[in-house]
Amino acid sequence: MPLDHVVFWVFAPISVGSAIAMLFQRNAVHAALFLIVNFFTIAVFYLVLGASFLFAVQIIVYAGAIMVLFLFVIMLLGVDREETLIERLRGQRTLAIVLGTGIALELFFAIRAGVGFATKAPANFDEVVNEGGNAVALSEVLFRDYFFPFEVTSVLLIVAAVAVMVLAARERRAVTRAEQAASPARQPERVP
Amino acid sequence: MRTPISYFLVVSAMLFAIGTVGVLVRKNALVVFMSIELQLNAVNLAFVSFSRMHGNLNGQVLAFFSMVVAAAEVVVGLAIIVTVYRRRRSASVDDVSVLRG
Repeated sequence: MPLDHVVFWVFAPISVGSAIAMLFQRNAVHAALFLIVNFFTIAVFYLVLGASFLFAVQIIVYAGAIMVLFLFVIMLLGVDREETLIERLRGQRTLAIVLGTGIALELFFAIRAGVGFATKAPANFDEVVNEGGNAVALSEVLFRDYFFPFEVTSVLLIVAAVAVMVLAARERRAVTRAEQAASPARQPERVP
Repeated sequence: MRTPISYFLVVSAMLFAIGTVGVLVRKNALVVFMSIELQLNAVNLAFVSFSRMHGNLNGQVLAFFSMVVAAAEVVVGLAIIVTVYRRRRSASVDDVSVLRG
């Protein structure tokens, strides 16, 4: 049995299982922890598929930064209590599960028709495409063919940062001079 | 690599379907958001699998871009959730039904 087969059959059940476990966790913190497990298994898949740079990025950005942000917001809001199981729309849960199964089956048959279950990837990926290392080859494609989209993403990140500052800022009213006189404790301390 | 590429695509499809069910079923806005992240990751896995199948790196570059977009989306979405929580004292999507038709 080849090694990548073993890696796949070890990590694929963990990946799907952790995703399902995330679905059934009523506590948001536990759901976040299962999602981190799932992100790590996806990173392992990237490594098997010859995308070692994305493997590192997946762990650093997703399992590191984004999930820490999620946990930070969960702790900040204090919403680590369990959610109610009351359905506002009757039959919503059943319909959602039916729909999800339908999507999975549809994608399954699309993969069977379009790709085929026996299709194997070309064997010389690491020698031909990843020549000089995955990061070097990826940077050549990124900074040559996709240079303009790359610059556009930097604009997107700046716009997102500004948007968050606008959204998260509390309204802060300037203290008038009359209010300062009325309550002397409010006066700002003089900085030496 | 001897594993057929469709195995990875099937895992990706299953993760995407689980994420869809999560978006539709869960009530906590943060968990709904995590399910969206799961869907984005499933699509990224499909991108990388197709990149491996076709023998070029365009799929990996697109997965890279979608990670950037996901990072921006997470930041804005969490800020919106924090803002809604400040006003309503709840992160449940049932309580944010003012906009319903």
